[in-house]
Amino acid sequence: MSVHYTKDHEWIRVDGDVGTVGISKHAAEQLGDVVFVELPDVGKSAAKGGEIAVVESVKAASEVYAPVAGEVTEVNTVLTDAPETVNADPEGDGWFYKLKIADAGELKELMDADAYAKHLESEG
Amino acid sequence: MTNADLKRTPLHGLHVELGARMVPFAGYDMPVQFEGVLAEHNWTRAKAGLFDVSHMGQARLRGDDVDAALETLVPADVRGLDAGRQVYSLLLNAAGGIRDDLMISKPDGDGLFLVVNAAVKEQDFAHISSALAGRAELEVIGDRALLALQGPAAAAVMAEAAAGSADLKFMDSTSLKVHGIDCLVSRSGYTGEDGFEISVPAGKAETLARAFLVHADVKPIGLGARDSLRLEAGLCLYGHDIDDATTPIEASLTWTIAKNRRDAPTFPGGAKIVSQITEGAAKKRVGLKLLDKAPAREGAEIHKGGVQIGVVTSGGFGPTVGGPIAMGYVDAAHRDLGTQVDVMVRGTARKAEIVRTPFAPHRYHRG
Repeated sequence: MSVHYTKDHEWIRVDGDVGTVGISKHAAEQLGDVVFVELPDVGKSAAKGGEIAVVESVKAASEVYAPVAGEVTEVNTVLTDAPETVNADPEGDGWFYKLKIADAGELKELMDADAYAKHLESEG
Repeated sequence: MTNADLKRTPLHGLHVELGARMVPFAGYDMPVQFEGVLAEHNWTRAKAGLFDVSHMGQARLRGDDVDAALETLVPADVRGLDAGRQVYSLLLNAAGGIRDDLMISKPDGDGLFLVVNAAVKEQDFAHISSALAGRAELEVIGDRALLALQGPAAAAVMAEAAAGSADLKFMDSTSLKVHGIDCLVSRSGYTGEDGFEISVPAGKAETLARAFLVHADVKPIGLGARDSLRLEAGLCLYGHDIDDATTPIEASLTWTIAKNRRDAPTFPGGAKIVSQITEGAAKKRVGLKLLDKAPAREGAEIHKGGVQIGVVTSGGFGPTVGGPIAMGYVDAAHRDLGTQVDVMVRGTARKAEIVRTPFAPHRYHRG
């Protein structure tokens, strides 16, 4: 299993050809209290970088983008009733959806944890 | 705008020290949150929250006939406003639109004390000065901070800090020593809770804030919770729920048009406003309760039977309500309480109902 991050603060944990996707701890902290997550429909095909979900804090709505292309196979229905799980455990129980990765080659364009940490530093 | 261009309130250093997340707001570098919007919202509803609202504009208006002079700009009964009282009012334009909302008070014998919104304070003050030139003198107060202490514990906290504060009722206004500092205090606020707004000399503001924060029931609250609290209280945010193209009648603020000023309206837009009181306005501001969990934000269209009948002007999650709430304008035909509508959130029709505001009951101290 490997974990990759995007510049837009999504993570994808890869197990075979299935990726589990969520938003990073940093993103969850920046958003503040999550009160609603609009999840994609199972079966939806995601384009790399395409808008796939929406996460709402008390203050504002933010788009969540797909780290790689694929087809959504499962969504985290826990978030429907307990959106605060995103704040409690953003890179674990607060995952958003799973997708069947269309092209594993796209993962190479993402960052590993160290590179993402450096990216956060550079963003200030 | 970079941070260096932003103005700072006298409490800026304290906010940073307390770990606030700072954001630009109305030209100021302001705290949007300290420990988190939800926690701060809930704390204010349960205990007492301390808000820095020093970015708002404060001024004195003086003149031999200052009450009558100001009545040419606002629809309030300023002449009938008793000493020691405050009134919420509106600066109107010739078309009956709202230039700003403001507080007018008589805390002492020194003319009128005005508090206006930060984003439009320069234009408000220029307008008042020029419109009343020769009749009244406006002194803009740049050397005072403004704090708000809000919540069910505010009265007890304030009683320890200021003898005499317990005698104040909702919308009373007076000069008072608070923690030994000469302040102007009104029993009012923007949260729907009991509480106080305290105008304090800038040089003493941090001392006063720290003195309040020592109290176990007081925490600092940012602009994020200020917005969710005022939304639940059904209070308008200028530039969003009201603006220069909406009239007080459209905004469901008819109560701000003093009864004794309706027969011969001498405030700007008076004829139009009085005619709307009689004839009704084409659109009305209403409260909306979303029936599922997706918040509707400003700009979301309100539909009925597939046809647009209005638009959301403020919306979000109401922590005390426990779900999404909004305010917006709808065609008057659809304004009735209980009307079922659809609010369009990212292309999806979300069911909502027109409901009474406030969403969370006001808990003012009316004595």
